[in-house]
Amino acid sequence: MAERAGTLFDLDRAWRLHPHVSIRPERFGALLYHFDTRRLSFLKNKTLLAVVASLESQRSARAACTAAGVAAAEMPAYRSALGTLAASAMICERTGQ
Amino acid sequence: MADTPAAAAEPAGQTLPAEEAPDATVLVEDLLVEDLLVEEVSIDGMCGVY
Amino acid sequence: MTAVAGPASRVGSLVEQFESGLAAPICLTWELTYACNLACLHCLSSSGRRDPAELSTAECKAVIDELERMQVFYVNIGGGEPTVRPDFWELVDYATAHHVGVKFSTNGVKITPESARRLAGSDYIDVQISLDGATAEVNDAVRGAGSYATAIRAMRHLADAGFTGFKISVVMTRHNVGQLDAFQAIADRFGAQLRITRLRPSGRGADVWDELHPTAAQQRDLYEWLLAHGENVLTGDSFFHLAGYGQPLPGLNLCGAGRVVCLIDPVGDVYACPFAIHHSFLAGNVRGPGGFQRVWQHSELFTDLRRPQTGGACQSCSAFDGCRGGCMAAKFFTGLPLDGPDPECVRGFGESALAGAAGGPVPRPAPDHSRRGRARGAGAVPVSIGPRPADRGVSRRACDESPLAGFSAAP
Repeated sequence: MAERAGTLFDLDRAWRLHPHVSIRPERFGALLYHFDTRRLSFLKNKTLLAVVASLESQRSARAACTAAGVAAAEMPAYRSALGTLAASAMICERTGQ
Repeated sequence: MADTPAAAAEPAGQTLPAEEAPDATVLVEDLLVEDLLVEEVSIDGMCGVY
Repeated sequence: MTAVAGPASRVGSLVEQFESGLAAPICLTWELTYACNLACLHCLSSSGRRDPAELSTAECKAVIDELERMQVFYVNIGGGEPTVRPDFWELVDYATAHHVGVKFSTNGVKITPESARRLAGSDYIDVQISLDGATAEVNDAVRGAGSYATAIRAMRHLADAGFTGFKISVVMTRHNVGQLDAFQAIADRFGAQLRITRLRPSGRGADVWDELHPTAAQQRDLYEWLLAHGENVLTGDSFFHLAGYGQPLPGLNLCGAGRVVCLIDPVGDVYACPFAIHHSFLAGNVRGPGGFQRVWQHSELFTDLRRPQTGGACQSCSAFDGCRGGCMAAKFFTGLPLDGPDPECVRGFGESALAGAAGGPVPRPAPDHSRRGRARGAGAVPVSIGPRPADRGVSRRACDESPLAGFSAAP
């Protein structure tokens, strides 16, 4: 589900990687490619990669961030990043959880 | 995320909150692209491909 | 609350990360065959005749398997004319079934109503039709009589089949810069997306570059047009040298050769990019031990390209941050040093350098697969590069006579 422009990404919902997105780890983070939209996103550090890779197995995005070592002061940056990924359909909400 | 050099250059509009505020809006600006954790690139936007 | 530097401020720019290379290309060009039904004046791969040592179907599938393992998500398949290979459709299907998205570049000769419907119905295959004039007069002068009609017919078939968003790719020349609006109109008419790219003095392009490359004034017009009308126009980041004018165009504005992109040619040779088909930019061959991955990750050439590059003579120019010294291939094939200005430097430094370099040797692109009588330059000798396995019983003379020599009928 795409993020509506201007609304804050909901860290307390359950999220997952879109099934048609592939992750390729890189030295500095990771490359995400969406086969349907042909969009390419770069995660610019390993922590964000850990967050995104663990979304499916964590009960909420906030939990995924905490588990990946994101400090409270850093949370807004990660929320913003996840919002960008949701807006481009790289990640979507988990339903029926 | 609090003050960054780019924030000063933003046009009028809401900036990223210094702390979480559930009713604040997030404005993602191109000017902040260097400070964002995610950057999108066009698959056509690399030189050296047909 | 104390102001703290966000975590992202510790990250370098994406371009800085890319310049030192990635674990695998983001995207690559794969020329499937040197055979072609056309003989375009500016062909960057000097195509026309099939090479007898082209990768077999099985070898192509092995390359695709490698690309899948390396997670190369997207390839641009070209040539020559890739659709003349009898196994073309089989290979495209194999790629998309193995997590490798495909865009193929074609002159449209095999885009029939039937193949258009097949393409419209398949996911993960994109099509790019080449067109170098908005009118038959301008187009066919470069691409040959009838080629405009072939391209337009292919576009009509794709549109009729419901394939929207296919690409129309134009190489900008002195004779078509004035047709930009007309190109956009053609794209709009067929529900396609316009893509314009830079002419490089590569392949047969070296022979016509002097007459065909846009003038300095046209180059400026092109830049202004892109700023004003180019929101939905793709460029393949091929005009990053124009960032020297001021505002950069959208794209990475980075030479991707050997860093984020490369070329695999029909005989499996791996070059830094499709505009640099010359042994100086040959990194290895996919048939070697370790395959494509070994070449990408460990070849001497690519390791060199991924080292921090100095701007050389361009370092002190105020435009350098934007233009990065321009296109390596354009400099190489006009005989200019790689650590100096691009031949089309927007400040005119390239023009001066070319004038000063009078008499300097201009490298001959090799190999040359042009058809007999259409070979590059006088006395050009077709040179084959890389390991040469048995020619599979197809003589070179046969290839001279027919670009499709040695192809067996599709199973």
